[in-house]
Amino acid sequence: MSVTSPPAAEQEPQDPVSVPATEASGRSPARAWTRWILRRLGLAVLTLWLVSVIVFIATSAIGDPVRAILGRDFDVSPERVASIRAELHLDEPLPVRYGIWFGNLLQGNPGNSVANGLPVAELIGDKVVNSGFLVLVTALVMVPLSLALAMLSARGRGGPLDNGIQFVTLALAGVPEFVTGILLVALFSTSVFHLLPAVTVLPVGYMPWDRPASLILPVATLVIAVTPYLVRILRSNLIEALDSDYVELARLKGVPEGRILREHALPNTIVPMIQVTALQLAWLVGGVVLIEYLFNYPGIGAALVDAVRNSDFPVVQALSMIIASVYIVVNLIADIASILLTPRARTGMAA
Amino acid sequence: MSTAAQPIEPDEAVCTASDLRVSLRARGVDVVDGVDLVLRPGKIVGLVGESGSGKTTSGTALLGYARTGAAITGGQIIVAGHDVRSMSPGQVRRIRGIDIGYVPQDPSSALNPAIRIGAQLRELLDLHNVGTPAERADAIRTILPEVGLPNTDEFLRRYPHQLSGGQVQRVALAMVFLPRPKVLVLDEPTTGLDVTTQSMVLETLDRLCERFAVAALYVTHDLAVVATIADRVAVMYAGQLIEIGPAAEIFNRPGHPYTRALLNAIPHLHRSFALTGIPGRTPAPGARPSGCRFHDRCAFAIAECAATEPDYADVGPQHHARCIRTGELPAWDPRARAVADTDPQRERDLVLTVQDLNVYYGPAHVVHDVGFDLARREIVALVGESGSGKTTISRCVAGLHDQWDGEVDLGGEELVRSARRRTPEQRKRIQYIFQNPYGSLNPRRTVEQILLRPLELFGVAHGRAARERAAQLLDAVQLGEGALSLRTNRLSGGERQRVAIARALAAEPDILVCDEITSALDVSIQGSITELLNRIKNERSISMLFVTHDLALVRSIADRVLVLQHGRLVEGGLAADVLDRPEQTYTQDLLAHTPTLEHTLE
Repeated sequence: MSVTSPPAAEQEPQDPVSVPATEASGRSPARAWTRWILRRLGLAVLTLWLVSVIVFIATSAIGDPVRAILGRDFDVSPERVASIRAELHLDEPLPVRYGIWFGNLLQGNPGNSVANGLPVAELIGDKVVNSGFLVLVTALVMVPLSLALAMLSARGRGGPLDNGIQFVTLALAGVPEFVTGILLVALFSTSVFHLLPAVTVLPVGYMPWDRPASLILPVATLVIAVTPYLVRILRSNLIEALDSDYVELARLKGVPEGRILREHALPNTIVPMIQVTALQLAWLVGGVVLIEYLFNYPGIGAALVDAVRNSDFPVVQALSMIIASVYIVVNLIADIASILLTPRARTGMAA
Repeated sequence: MSTAAQPIEPDEAVCTASDLRVSLRARGVDVVDGVDLVLRPGKIVGLVGESGSGKTTSGTALLGYARTGAAITGGQIIVAGHDVRSMSPGQVRRIRGIDIGYVPQDPSSALNPAIRIGAQLRELLDLHNVGTPAERADAIRTILPEVGLPNTDEFLRRYPHQLSGGQVQRVALAMVFLPRPKVLVLDEPTTGLDVTTQSMVLETLDRLCERFAVAALYVTHDLAVVATIADRVAVMYAGQLIEIGPAAEIFNRPGHPYTRALLNAIPHLHRSFALTGIPGRTPAPGARPSGCRFHDRCAFAIAECAATEPDYADVGPQHHARCIRTGELPAWDPRARAVADTDPQRERDLVLTVQDLNVYYGPAHVVHDVGFDLARREIVALVGESGSGKTTISRCVAGLHDQWDGEVDLGGEELVRSARRRTPEQRKRIQYIFQNPYGSLNPRRTVEQILLRPLELFGVAHGRAARERAAQLLDAVQLGEGALSLRTNRLSGGERQRVAIARALAAEPDILVCDEITSALDVSIQGSITELLNRIKNERSISMLFVTHDLALVRSIADRVLVLQHGRLVEGGLAADVLDRPEQTYTQDLLAHTPTLEHTLE
């Protein structure tokens, strides 16, 4: 920008049209993008590093792992205590221990479980995949379902369908997810019907997709927990768009109502939709812990609960880092998608 | 162009509305009733009214449309041979855009921000399957140059936010003319545009209407614009059409007292007029008086006016007014309220001197070497288009913006940049009134609290004395004492601006800085505020820096004027000199593009 040009607020583009507005001026879009992404990645790395510090300090406070490893032997053989302590570097001061752990983590080695000595990566690999699969299926059900309900609701605003959807979503939003889970189990697996398995029993070597029936209740519980928020927020976004001047103009141009909803209102609600969905997805990654435990689903939730109980701090640390990374990555993707889908922000990258 | 519309007799109406009625569903209250309009090919009817008069509602009703919560409940609407009220919603949709088009009030919010210009232009053609896809693309490429826009692929790929305000309005015009509608409803299409842009848009519109024989309804509050473009003028008040006639007739022989009052509120470029407002306020739907709706604010009202609802009376050829006394009104002389311009020989006792003012926003240099002075009991107008720096200068004088250098001298004392570092006495002497009275008054405080604050802050009065002073101030701005206990959300825009003026006066300032203080208000309210400011100036010997974009208003309010462009002073001097004998091309251009009533006057 030259020194003499007026500030953005006061600047009125020249009317006789030949002057291109924003796209041609300024830096190239590619460079702006690269800079933006590098900055965001830098921030993401910084966040993850901070998380690693917090996780490490927190896990070193959850109990003495040596006592957990030795059990009753702890009191009778001080020399074994000393040797394990040395092996786990527990005698070193906290910063040194952090340095060793973080260095290994950067090399892709989260260490060995203190409970059974197996490498953590091997121990939790399958569980991460299982949980990821659960979240993926939930997302695939939740997003289209919320969108459909929100569109039905917005289109018939104030009508019986809208009121019904509003009432049900509000009621469901008020119920904690474990209560929903228990009710579903009671309804479909135990006292009323016996249609679906109440818990997931996977023989060794089987993955969840080999037993789809056992996925239904956990997925349903998670969907019921998350969808109400999504529906309500999407509905209010859609309604705001439907009340806008551009929708009024579309109506006065004779555009049919269905098309107005799909082509005029929806594109302007996609961005908030992505942001809310990302938040909910990130919540799901943490939220599965409880649901997995409830349905005995072999995912990170169950693994995390076990690890905390056993003071198996390398596993707790690795799982915490994975959950934090998912959080950060999902939000980063949502931000990139938001910019790509907002014309003003997208073209603004070049200006 | 190739799409041959059926030959229409020049005088055959293509759109008529008779006894149109639009009501609020919930309360069963009429927003609009008894509106009759006839639109003819190639002719433009100006529908004029103040806010709340129902002009926009009447306009969109022609498209069979009413806002959420309202419905068209009576009358007949014929558009290009279709009886709109007897059609199904689907049928109405099919004539919208094709037979009757609509140009929105604020196209920057009416174009979809997520859709490219090209796609928005094409939408209606696609929807109605007009011609082949290639023909549609062709039609778009042909119409864009007609409205003064480029027809390049690059332009069609742009989004609305990449266009200027004028360009957006031209896109809206191109969009509406594309399917060659027979009838057009334009809802204040130039509000918010600079005068040069406005005049280009009006010219384009006029040309296209004539060329395609479109019958247009131009809805606006701006009588000067109507005088420029309309063949016939219809005036609305409180949901009713109160006067309709040929433009020249309306401006030279207005037959309704309300029309006369409106005309009395309009400033003229080349003659200084004492502007007046209309007492009272526009009644809201549901609270409209019986009989003649204007009787309670009318200077000519008699007892019978309150009792009988007047029917149209002939005033002249094709000119009707809904007033029982229209024949008895005194002859109208548009020049009757002319007053003398400022005497050039007047002694000037300077209170404010600004020299070599340079203003910056961060790295941007926005005002260059501006200098001017302001004398006691004098109003200096700063005029210019948006981005000219007029508001910026006034903010620097008041100390609201502090990135500037130069010299601002207040009665012999040099002022520092920021109001925070000025002495209380200096702050007291310069008071600022903001453009938007809806944003500048705290909605949680009562009018009394708002007025007591500066009285106590500047030590003008305390306790009982302060409360008495607050009442006097309200009286000075012609608001009753009853308003003291009200919160501002109970007040209309004009009343709020009066409270803002009273608040500024409370400090007993020497200088009032008025930043576009009438531009958000209706013309009749602008008239009464102008009247008020002139009285305050004379009674209290206050000086004012009056920021405005309206050159005609300058003639009625200011003694001197400074014309600004891109942060530089173009021309300055006595208002009468600058407006009647502009020396600079830029000023001449501005004046040429400013809509005015003058050419309609006989």
